[in-house]
Amino acid sequence: MSEEIKPRILKINVLRFDPNDKNDFPHIETFEVEEADGMTLYIALNEIREHNDNSLMFDFVCRAGICGSCSMLVDGRPTLACRTLTSKLGESITLAPLPLFKLIKDLSIYSGEWMRGLNERLETWIHDKEEELNFDKLEERMEPELADEIYELDRCVECGCCVAGCGTIQMKPDFVGAVGLNKIARYHLDPRDKRDDEEYYELIGNEDGVFGCMTLLGCEDVCPKDLPLQSKIAYLRRMMIKTALKN
Amino acid sequence: MKIIYTDVLIIGGGLAGLRVATGVKERGHDAVVLTLVPPKRSHSSAAQGGMQASLANSTMGEGDNEDVHFSDTIKGSDWGADQEVARMFVHCAPKAIRELAAWGVPWSRVKKGDRTAIINAQKVTITEKEEAHGLITARDFGGTKKWRTCYTSDGTGHSMLYAMDNKAHKEKIEIHERQEAISLIVDDGRCYGAVSRNLMTGELVAYVSKATTVATGGYGRIYSVSTNAIICQGIGQAIALETGIATLGNMEAIQFHPTAIVPVGILTTEGCRGDGGLLLDKDGYRFMPDYEPDKKELASRDVVSRRMTEHIRKGKGVKSRYGDHLWLDITILGREHIEKNLREVKEICENFLGIDPAVDWIPVRPTQHYSMGGIRTKYTGESQTLKGLYSCGEAACWDMHGFNRLGGNSVSETVVAGMLIAEYISDFCDSHESSMHIHSSKIEQALAVEKAKIEKLLTNTNGEDTYVLRRRMEEIMMEKVGIFRNGKDLQEAVDELEELYKRSQNIEVHRSKSRAANPALVNAYRTQKMLKVALTVAYGALLRQESRGAHSREDFPERDDENWLKRTITSWPDANQTLPTVSYEEIPIGNMELPPGWRGYGKDLTKHHHATPGRQATVDAIKAQLEKDGADRFEIQSALMPYLEKLPKKYRGINERLGENV
Repeated sequence: MSEEIKPRILKINVLRFDPNDKNDFPHIETFEVEEADGMTLYIALNEIREHNDNSLMFDFVCRAGICGSCSMLVDGRPTLACRTLTSKLGESITLAPLPLFKLIKDLSIYSGEWMRGLNERLETWIHDKEEELNFDKLEERMEPELADEIYELDRCVECGCCVAGCGTIQMKPDFVGAVGLNKIARYHLDPRDKRDDEEYYELIGNEDGVFGCMTLLGCEDVCPKDLPLQSKIAYLRRMMIKTALKN
Repeated sequence: MKIIYTDVLIIGGGLAGLRVATGVKERGHDAVVLTLVPPKRSHSSAAQGGMQASLANSTMGEGDNEDVHFSDTIKGSDWGADQEVARMFVHCAPKAIRELAAWGVPWSRVKKGDRTAIINAQKVTITEKEEAHGLITARDFGGTKKWRTCYTSDGTGHSMLYAMDNKAHKEKIEIHERQEAISLIVDDGRCYGAVSRNLMTGELVAYVSKATTVATGGYGRIYSVSTNAIICQGIGQAIALETGIATLGNMEAIQFHPTAIVPVGILTTEGCRGDGGLLLDKDGYRFMPDYEPDKKELASRDVVSRRMTEHIRKGKGVKSRYGDHLWLDITILGREHIEKNLREVKEICENFLGIDPAVDWIPVRPTQHYSMGGIRTKYTGESQTLKGLYSCGEAACWDMHGFNRLGGNSVSETVVAGMLIAEYISDFCDSHESSMHIHSSKIEQALAVEKAKIEKLLTNTNGEDTYVLRRRMEEIMMEKVGIFRNGKDLQEAVDELEELYKRSQNIEVHRSKSRAANPALVNAYRTQKMLKVALTVAYGALLRQESRGAHSREDFPERDDENWLKRTITSWPDANQTLPTVSYEEIPIGNMELPPGWRGYGKDLTKHHHATPGRQATVDAIKAQLEKDGADRFEIQSALMPYLEKLPKKYRGINERLGENV
């Protein structure tokens, strides 16, 4: 940016609400921030907190696009705020908390509780035989390509963008969402998990699982980690139908 | 008044805390984990490059074992580490990584046959053994003799943390999210849990426990630019300090990572250089071989960071409006490699710099990264001075890193220490010693004290602005307690920090007066605590008149074993004092397996301790005799410095490797 060009004055409109304050109601508040080189929404929101309103709530942890804490609606689209450069947005930017999750305050949501519930429901851990493992011994082997494939799906950061971008969940609040289905695909791929197809069917072979998905695929459009959600949901659906027919 | 009783309270839901929780649960003890954020969002997730464990599966790791890992770790620490603890660590790292493999981490694996790698800017072909196919592979990292850093692409910490948290779900560990421990409950010289504040509702809760573990990570955020997550603010160290009884160790030992991006300070993994990336100056010239002809870009982190700073000071940095920087060039690795093994780095470059690292150079400079110091503990993880208080991971000074941690040894420490300390805590909880003798009035009092502090912050008038104090503290730490330090700057830093600390006692939370979710209130009480931590760092650095590892004094460039082979111990016994109390703990040479020597970087400036030659002669004689007698490496090690008895019985077994003990 050359010296002559004046920086933009950004108008950042934040949907605010404090559920702990009986007198408060959801409202939009607009803050002005002078744009700087390389400014992200993380930087802009912290400037607002430091200079305009120190009560503004939002969640950043790693601020590097790794931890998944800061998902919010940016001009209506779910995304990670920390890695969103303001230069890619217009002068007027509207921020709102991710819908569907419990609101803590302003842009801060209780996604941890939701994700924990999902993980417990789908039992997203390795189900192995109850034998005592000896870790002095060489580890079990795994084909290198398979390890890479599992990692590909393991990259989900539980940010909740796919949930916020999901059409199905608007109608079926118990739908597991792409985040849940991706986890099942990940464990199904993993030979260390000894669950069989019937057991997976029990978990997601229903309307709240893989058969509930209306294939609108908003999830894949908004996933910040570019997970192959569409192909994995299709794969799971074929697998579940096979299992259903077998029985 | 809300009181929750449990056997083991764990403060911090990262890798170390979760591993302690699953360990004590397995031994039949109840555990509650308090965490600021959902555990999967902890800073452990940001560890990119890998975990050191001497599996020796890959061809470039052949010949690796505990002995080599131990020697690298001790040299890396500049002989500041506790050698017995380091031995315990290297012995258990292969077990910990295999356990994580069983719990679901998709470690990258060895593929038999030829593959191309970049070593010292040259393309070379590495042939992987048939018998190693499918075992966990490793990459090169700085300061290691062998390729020992195991990984999952560059999302290692993420995969480890997810596997660990899922394991915690499986074991039904109670996790209390958005809870912040703001003080430890202490009675009659024993820690009985913590007062915690619910960050959503503001409610204060007393968690009362037999044993309390602080696993809250490091304190990088006392610096203005840090690779650390913004929650790494040293609050765990601060609440330990505020007991007046617990002590902190080596707080001045701060690591600067060579390659964080400019200006935001986000890390690009050491794996970039481990995989063959180069550091270049403003002329595109590769300068590291001039300074460190042997290890070049893969010298230890403290060394590379200093060499980069030296080179920038010579005018070779690239000018930018955010200050001078250098270049990290990974284009040489090729797009395919970057998109497979360095994809987080690629995403970071795209999102924060708008560049493609397969084509463009990455602007980098050394940035605060790791806290070697922390809550000083015995090898059991228990505070040396406060019974019932434990600590592990980056929060602790256990002390396997001494004055410089090797890349890949941090996530490795979290899971190894967590696994061991869970056993020691369980032993304590199984013993009569652990029964609780605290009167409920003491608990009420602890809650009342914290409530009063918060009320004062919210109702104070004409008080100080938190942000002003906080920003100044961050600047002072950056400018005066950084990579290169000197007596004049450090004295100024201590004086001004002390002044800021005094002013912080009169903070007023302006405007935002909510007692529930209130970021301004959180910032206020954390800043008071962070200033205490900053003072322990700056004061420790001022008093330590030598250069060791990451602590580099321009006015005392030599490592001085005669006077300074010791740990800095800080405490805060009187709540009214405005500077920490400092004492020292000797690091005895008499039982060292690896007596102090030269690390092999630059010119040897060491002032050796008078006891070093004697110990070296003893070590050499024992080794020579046993080798002559045909003793194996375990017998030799045991004769030099026995440590196995200190380990829990279940972790004493000999590790299998290809071609060894299989």
